[in-house]
Formats: sequence, C-alpha cells, structure tokens
Amino acid sequence: MDKVILDALRSLGQKVTSRIWRLGYASRFFLAMLLHSGTALRRLNLTIREIYFTGVLSLIIILVSGMFVGMVLGLQGYDTLQRYGSTEALGVLVSLSLVRELGPVVAALLFASRAGSAITAEIGMMKATEQLSAMEMMAVDPIARVVAPRFWGGVISMPMLAALFSAMGIFGGYLVGVQLIGVDEGSFWSQMQASVDFREDILNGVIKSFVFGIIVSWVAVFEGYDAEPTAEGVSGATTRTVVTSSLAILAADFILTAFMFTGT
Amino acid sequence: MSRTTLDLWVGFFVAVGLGALLFLALKVGNMASASSGDTYAIQAKFDNIGGLKVRGAVKSAGVVVGRVTEIRFDPEAYVAVVTMNLDTRYKFPRDTFATINTSGLLGEQYIGFEVGGDTAMLKAGDTIKKTQSAVVLEKLISQFMFNKAAEDGGKK
Amino acid sequence: MSQEPLVEIRDLNFTYDSRPVLTGINMTIPKGKVVAVMGSSGCGKTTTLRVIGGQLKPTSGSVRVGGQAVHELDGDGLYALRRRMGMLFQFGALFTDMSVYDNIAFQMREHTDLPESVIRDLVMMKLHAVGLRGAHDLMPAELSGGMARRVALARAVALDPMLILYDEPFAGLDPISLSIIGELIRRLNDVLGASSVVVTHDVQESLKIVDYVYFVSAGKIVAEGTAEEIKRSTVPYVHQFIWGEADGPVPFHYPARPYGDEIMERASLRG
Repeated sequence: MDKVILDALRSLGQKVTSRIWRLGYASRFFLAMLLHSGTALRRLNLTIREIYFTGVLSLIIILVSGMFVGMVLGLQGYDTLQRYGSTEALGVLVSLSLVRELGPVVAALLFASRAGSAITAEIGMMKATEQLSAMEMMAVDPIARVVAPRFWGGVISMPMLAALFSAMGIFGGYLVGVQLIGVDEGSFWSQMQASVDFREDILNGVIKSFVFGIIVSWVAVFEGYDAEPTAEGVSGATTRTVVTSSLAILAADFILTAFMFTGT
Repeated sequence: MSRTTLDLWVGFFVAVGLGALLFLALKVGNMASASSGDTYAIQAKFDNIGGLKVRGAVKSAGVVVGRVTEIRFDPEAYVAVVTMNLDTRYKFPRDTFATINTSGLLGEQYIGFEVGGDTAMLKAGDTIKKTQSAVVLEKLISQFMFNKAAEDGGKK
Repeated sequence: MSQEPLVEIRDLNFTYDSRPVLTGINMTIPKGKVVAVMGSSGCGKTTTLRVIGGQLKPTSGSVRVGGQAVHELDGDGLYALRRRMGMLFQFGALFTDMSVYDNIAFQMREHTDLPESVIRDLVMMKLHAVGLRGAHDLMPAELSGGMARRVALARAVALDPMLILYDEPFAGLDPISLSIIGELIRRLNDVLGASSVVVTHDVQESLKIVDYVYFVSAGKIVAEGTAEEIKRSTVPYVHQFIWGEADGPVPFHYPARPYGDEIMERASLRG
C-alpha cells in the first residue's frame, strides 16, 4: 500500500519536474527567437507572408463569430435590461463586454484553434520531413527564417483580429437591438460613448489582445519546433497547442483583468 | 499566390483592422469628446456623493462640460472632496451651484452646474462653495411617508 | 592518396543518452572521391553524416573538414563551413511551400546579393544538369519520388560545394530513378571537383559508382576497401550484407528462448 502511494507521488513529482523543465526550455526558445528576429523584421516580406496566413485567412471565422456573439449579446442583454426598464443601456452592455473581455478572449481562442494549430502543424511537418534540418545544413538558421516570421505575423495579426471581432460584435448587437427589437438608436450609441472610455476600456482591450497574440504565437511555434518528428508527434503537438494556449489565454486574462479594471 | 496579390490582401487586412480600432475609438469610445482641447481642474465638497464615480460626467444645461477625475474623503471636515476637469472652452461664475443628479430613476449619477450671477469666473484650483448632496432615495421615500401620515392625521 | 584529405575523422565516439552509437570510428575522405558508408538500418551511419555536418557534436575524437575541426567551431564558423557543403536528405526534404525554382534559388537568395537574372541562369543550369529544367515551376507535391530526389540533388549543389553529403539517396526509388541518381552522384562529383560521402544500404547501385567503402556495423567499422575488395570480403557480416542472405551473423530471429521450451511449458500449464 505504501508502495502505491509512493509510486503515485513519484510519478506526480516527475510530471511536475518535466513540466518545469519544458517551461524553461520554452523560455530559452522564446529568448532565442527574439534574438533572431532581426531577419523577420528586416526582410518584411517574410513576415507579411505569415500575416496573410495567420491574419487574412482567419478573417472569415473572426468576422462571422464576432457578428453572432454580438447578436446573442443583444438578445440576452435586452431580455435582462428590460426587467429594469433600462433598455437604452443595451449599447453599453454590448460594447463593454465585447471591448473588455469577449473581443480579446474569444478572438484569441478562435485564433489559437485556427492559426495557432496551423502554425504548429506546418513547423512540425517541416521538422518531420527534415526541411528544418536541410535549412540548417544550408547555413540558414530555421529560427530566424521559419520560426520568427511566424511568431511576429501572429503577434501583429492578433490585435487586428480582436478589434475586428469587437467592432463586428457591436454591429451585430446594433442590428438585433436597434433594427430588430427597436431600442432607440440615439441612446444606444450615445450611452455607449458616454460609458466606454478610450484608455480604460479600448486600449486595455488592445493590450490584452496583444498579450494573447504573444502567448498563442509563442506556444504554437514552440510546440511545432519541439514536436516529435513523426505524424503522431505532429498531431499531438497540434492538440497541445490548442489546449495549452487556450488555458494560458484564460489565465492571463484573469491576471490582466485583475490589474486593469480594479483600480477604479 | 503571387507576391503582389498577397501584399494586397495583407494591406487590406491591416487597413480593415486599423479601421476597426478607429471605429472603436471614435464611435464606441469617448475619445472624440475626451481629447478635444485642454482642461482645468476645480474642486467641490459634498456632504454625500451617493453613487458618483470617477469618470462621471459634469453637465451644465444637460451638456457634458467635464469629467470627475478624483473622489476622496476629507477626514477633518467629514465631507467628500470631488475633483473635476472642465473643458477650457467653458467658464463658469464663481457662485455656480453644483448638485449631484441622477439620470433617470436608477441611472448613473452626474454633477450638474446651475450657473450663478457672479462676474468673476472659476479658475483652475478653485473650490465651488455652494453644493447640494445627492438625493438618497430611501430618505426621500421615508420623508414622503412621514408627510403623508402627518397630512392624513391632520384631516381627521 | 598522396593528397591531403578533405574529411578526416579520428577516434570518433558518439553516445546518445549513455547508449554508444559510434565507437572508435576512423575515416578519411580524399578530395575528388566518392566514398560510401554502408551498413544496416540503425547502425550509426546517418549519425556519422550528421557529425560531419556539425549537426551533432562528437562525445570524443576529432572531425576535421577542409582542415577545420567541425566540433570546435562556433555558430558563425559552422555556418561559414556549411556554405561550402551540400546535403541531400533521405526523402529530399524539399521546402513544400516553394516551387522547384525557389527551392534551388533559396541558398543563392539567402547567401548572395546576386541579381535575380543571374540567379535565374544559375538555377536553370542546375536544373538542366539533373534534367528537370522543364519542371521549374512545379511544386514539390507535383513531383514523383525520383524527380523530387533530383531536384533535391540540384539544390544540394546549388552553391558548388566542396563536399556533398548524401543520406540514403537511393531509398524508395524505382530501378530507373535509382540508376539516374547513381549516375548523377558520380557525374556531379567529378564535374564540380567535389568530394562525396554517400550513406546507403543499397549495395548494388552504390558499388557501381563509389571509389571506396566503409562498412559500419553496430557503431564500428568492420571492413573497408574499394568496391572490388568489399565484394570479395570474407568478413561474415559483409558477405551476408553484400549478397543479401536472410540468415548469417545477423540472425533472422529476434533473441528469444528456444521455442520448444516455451511450447512444453504452455502444454504443462494447460495439462
């Protein structure tokens, strides 16, 4: 019996140690990536290519989801607000929840599963088919040539996608609230403008999405680069990218929110 | 996908993204009204500020003329000291009367200015002398009930 | 072999996770020659190639390429050396997101400031050498296995290297592609005046083209010599390998208890 408990403890300890070891490796990788970012920034067309793959190709899913989330917020918000007779505050409710929370968080989650997994799969496959090795043998650093542009492409795309998500969501809320239900259009916009502060709400939302962009892109390129060079290894790494970055987004969101919105 | 179409798409993406940010800043947020011009700070003391919050509006004749920037408690006089930034375009007489009002029955609270007749104007750092505290709904209702009861008693 | 050798490996040991992969390897690759490293899968021949290319560091011993100790170079020195090396990977390792043309132009664009028109001429020349000039705008996914290998070969020699490393160049090819690749390895080596190291387990094809053979088994060199010497070798392992016999020093059965014992034991359990 003692042995069972001891074994369980030991395997737990091993798991924790290996996680910490991996975290250390990932951090070292992050630093190496920053140090080798010169190429990605100097040869901008490499990064622009990646913005196309991560940003432009995520546009549809971001716009459609943003629209629907905004429409649902409009319906639910109206239902709740009318009990207190303050349906004019619908604009405030929709815009604040989108700009502060839902925009950055949901866009980042979608981004992780759409673009993050694609980055991991691509880099993982390049590793499995020895393309990274080949690059190294051609005296081209794969971290500078392959990894860093993908990282920066993701970091640049993310705030844009989050802003588009929020804007689209507010439009969706407007469609449902004003056009469909008939909330007064003037008070919808004016109350919104009176309560949404540029620095406190919008800028903080942008900062959030920027941080999420770093998290998702970092996890995605690291998992791809670190993937076992086999088909199973790559598919496992892709799953880990989505799971790890989603959890990290939610945890980081809590920490950032605690910092940003409790001061007042 | 050739280089040029790719660049076109990315350019489109960046433009739309920045457009969305601009939309959020101008149409959704209050950047347009908050950033217009300079402000000057004045203070006012209230016995009770009710539910007034930092960033609450300061209105005169229903127009937003400034924002509340700081609320603190004066431990000597036992009153609330409210600091607000007013738009430099608007000047108010020194005997302006500041009240705490509520927009609607349950809405946000804001500071309302009722303009006096003094020829001297408020300067940065001045303190408004005449103020009226927030209306506390419970007090109002109990007052009303008392009066009603007293009236009814008198009629009998 | 009066000339100074291009690659010189002395007393090379390599252990992976405390498991010895290579022990006491000595190899010399003279200039202008094609040298094969043969052995069965997992015997450490690919590891040897990676040590020469500087992708793995030897546990002990020395590896010198063109007079420089590969394992003592720093990152920049290693990259400078690798610009003068070409490598053909097992399955080509073409960049799947680039066309054939861009694959071959890759190193020229990364390492030189040549104008695009010069690069175009160079790329077409390399592609012509492997007979695929007409395929320059195809994507790697559209190529057959043999064509992909030829494109990879053209890419490996893109910068006219002094040393070309081949990792299993014959793996998974049909007989026609096989002899084309074999022919190309020899011809490119001679035309460029380079030296080649061919890691392979394809005996018939490689013995036709190589000058010298090292036989590796379980991380040690068990035989070496010219193609003719190897064919006549009496070392049992080499003999089994060359003539492709199913049983020999390398047993057919994975180590196990005698089958008879096992059957008897199960019978007694059942009875």
